[in-house]
Amino acid sequence: MDLFEHEARDLFERYGVPVPRGFVADTPESAREAATRLGGTVVVKAQVKTGGRGKAGGIKLASTPDEAFTAATAILGMDIKGHTVHKVLVTEASEIAEEYYLSFLLDRANRTFIGMASATGGMEIEEMADSITRMPASSFDASGVFPPEVALQVNDVASALWKVFVSEDATLVEVNPLARTEDGRIVALDGKVTLDDNASFRHSRSADDVHGDPLEVRAAGKGLNYVKLDGTVGVIGNGAGLVMSTLDVVALAGAAPANFLDIGGGASAQVMADGLDVILSDPSVRSVFVNVFGGITACDAVANGIVQALGMLGDRADKPLVVRLDGNNAEAGHRILDEARHPLITVAHTMDDAAGRAAALAGKES
Amino acid sequence: MAIFLDENSRVVVQGMTGAEGTKHTRRMLAAGTRVVGGVNARKAGTSLDFDDVTLPVFGTVTEAMEATGATVSVLFVPPAFTGDAVIEAVDAGIGLAVVITEGVPVHDTARFWAHAAGSSTRIIGPNCPGIISPGKSNAGIIPADITKPGSIGLVSKSGTLTYQLMHELKDFGFTTCVGIGGDPIVGTTHIDAIAAFEADPETELIVMIGEIGGDAEERAAEFVRDNVSKPVVGYVAGFTAPEGKTMGHAGAIVSGSSGTAEAKKQAMEAVGIEVGRTPSETAALARAILTS
Repeated sequence: MDLFEHEARDLFERYGVPVPRGFVADTPESAREAATRLGGTVVVKAQVKTGGRGKAGGIKLASTPDEAFTAATAILGMDIKGHTVHKVLVTEASEIAEEYYLSFLLDRANRTFIGMASATGGMEIEEMADSITRMPASSFDASGVFPPEVALQVNDVASALWKVFVSEDATLVEVNPLARTEDGRIVALDGKVTLDDNASFRHSRSADDVHGDPLEVRAAGKGLNYVKLDGTVGVIGNGAGLVMSTLDVVALAGAAPANFLDIGGGASAQVMADGLDVILSDPSVRSVFVNVFGGITACDAVANGIVQALGMLGDRADKPLVVRLDGNNAEAGHRILDEARHPLITVAHTMDDAAGRAAALAGKES
Repeated sequence: MAIFLDENSRVVVQGMTGAEGTKHTRRMLAAGTRVVGGVNARKAGTSLDFDDVTLPVFGTVTEAMEATGATVSVLFVPPAFTGDAVIEAVDAGIGLAVVITEGVPVHDTARFWAHAAGSSTRIIGPNCPGIISPGKSNAGIIPADITKPGSIGLVSKSGTLTYQLMHELKDFGFTTCVGIGGDPIVGTTHIDAIAAFEADPETELIVMIGEIGGDAEERAAEFVRDNVSKPVVGYVAGFTAPEGKTMGHAGAIVSGSSGTAEAKKQAMEAVGIEVGRTPSETAALARAILTS
């Protein structure tokens, strides 16, 4: 789970990473109020989980509370790379002397964590790749990377940042830029934090993400592993790898997948109904491809689940389904689907054939 | 022959007394696996009845190994306790720990991986279906009845894609199928399995299945170029995955321009690995090589 900048800022503050004073605002009025409380020049920053905010006009300086009001009016509701701005972060402006880069992250290849540091910061990470020093997180040392007069201060910030990383089960904590101000302080001016969802059980996390895709929010509420995509062929399958593969096969058949949905093992009628319900609520879906390989899951149980799910959905099930079952009890599953004679169900025997049929059905209805 | 697991492997199950542990212990026994006991500190000294056998429950992996000569542990321990359970198995000196559990915090995996460094324990997983050497032994949750012993070695990040390829190539059969798991940190990598298949005289062809996220497939391709003489056929899932979205597996995420399926496919093809566009095409490529 990626955090918003303001959530990262709050976490940093809690662990002693120096951050500018600031308040979150979701209306121009509250942005003006925040600027009044902060006093002096402030920065009004769009809160979206994507880069390139500055270039998109999502970051503005305001020297008075009224200017903060105007800036927030312009930024709130703005679309930045498909992300709508619902909140702004209003912080005190800093007099920046130098910009640096500092992060801790998961190093998948070496199966450990590393620190990355650079004495040049404030730009996209790709642009400064050559200037970045990588070192084991356990022996992070800023001296040699940063100017000697700030190395000790940066090491203190790094210690606090490492505490955030470990204590919060993060897979990424990044400060870019880490600034030296004109008065010699080291301040984290922008932060990015990714938390490990697998560790949620040992944290009380309240995600500020009520504005996510409505279908994804609804699917998450049902405990479904769903990702909304832009196409017309809805996809349900069992196993993350098989579902990803199914999306690719749909694309090869000339259509675009509408979603990723992994119903995992079991595939009960209720889970199938929940999954179909979410997929069929997507107005761009024109056909649905159900792709199950029965390993431990028995295909006859899946077939019964599909038939019962369609019964539970009634009139809400209004798009054709192409079903491909293979593996454990596949023949019994096919028999159940044949006997059900459901007008919406087409049975296909291979993934490639099923994808072709689902793509054709999606094309036909357009 | 087989890699990592064979008919002599003696298996204990950490978490055997839980619902999943019991269910899959029964399946492993039915597949002919020599399961010799379970481990659960709170139920030490009890036993559990299966169809033809009653298995003892030990308090620790060390006790289980001393009493039964166990060489492999399969873990069905809940995520919060998996890290400690793996460390216990490593400290006991088990040869192979197969971590089935999904949802292990990556900080815990990094911790047990670091702990296992320099030890004699091979770790497979976490978040994996396990390993099967058809006709010999099955440690994990891979269905044993899909295929038979044969000449193909398979290594995969994905469980169901493993089953799919085992099914499509069932007439050839497999020496060993290793599900390495879809987490960002895994104990056994594509490279580890490919190296073992290269050294295994009965494996004639290697199938490697990858998916988006990280660069394990790219590194495996380099390894194949420098070290592998046997034919390798590949498949990668996730060409249509959007940037920045986790696709089911914790490790399946394209970050910026890194971890894409296209980059993996190109890296594999650049070293002569034939890569199928679909699972069926991948099976057809393997079939063509094996019958030529």
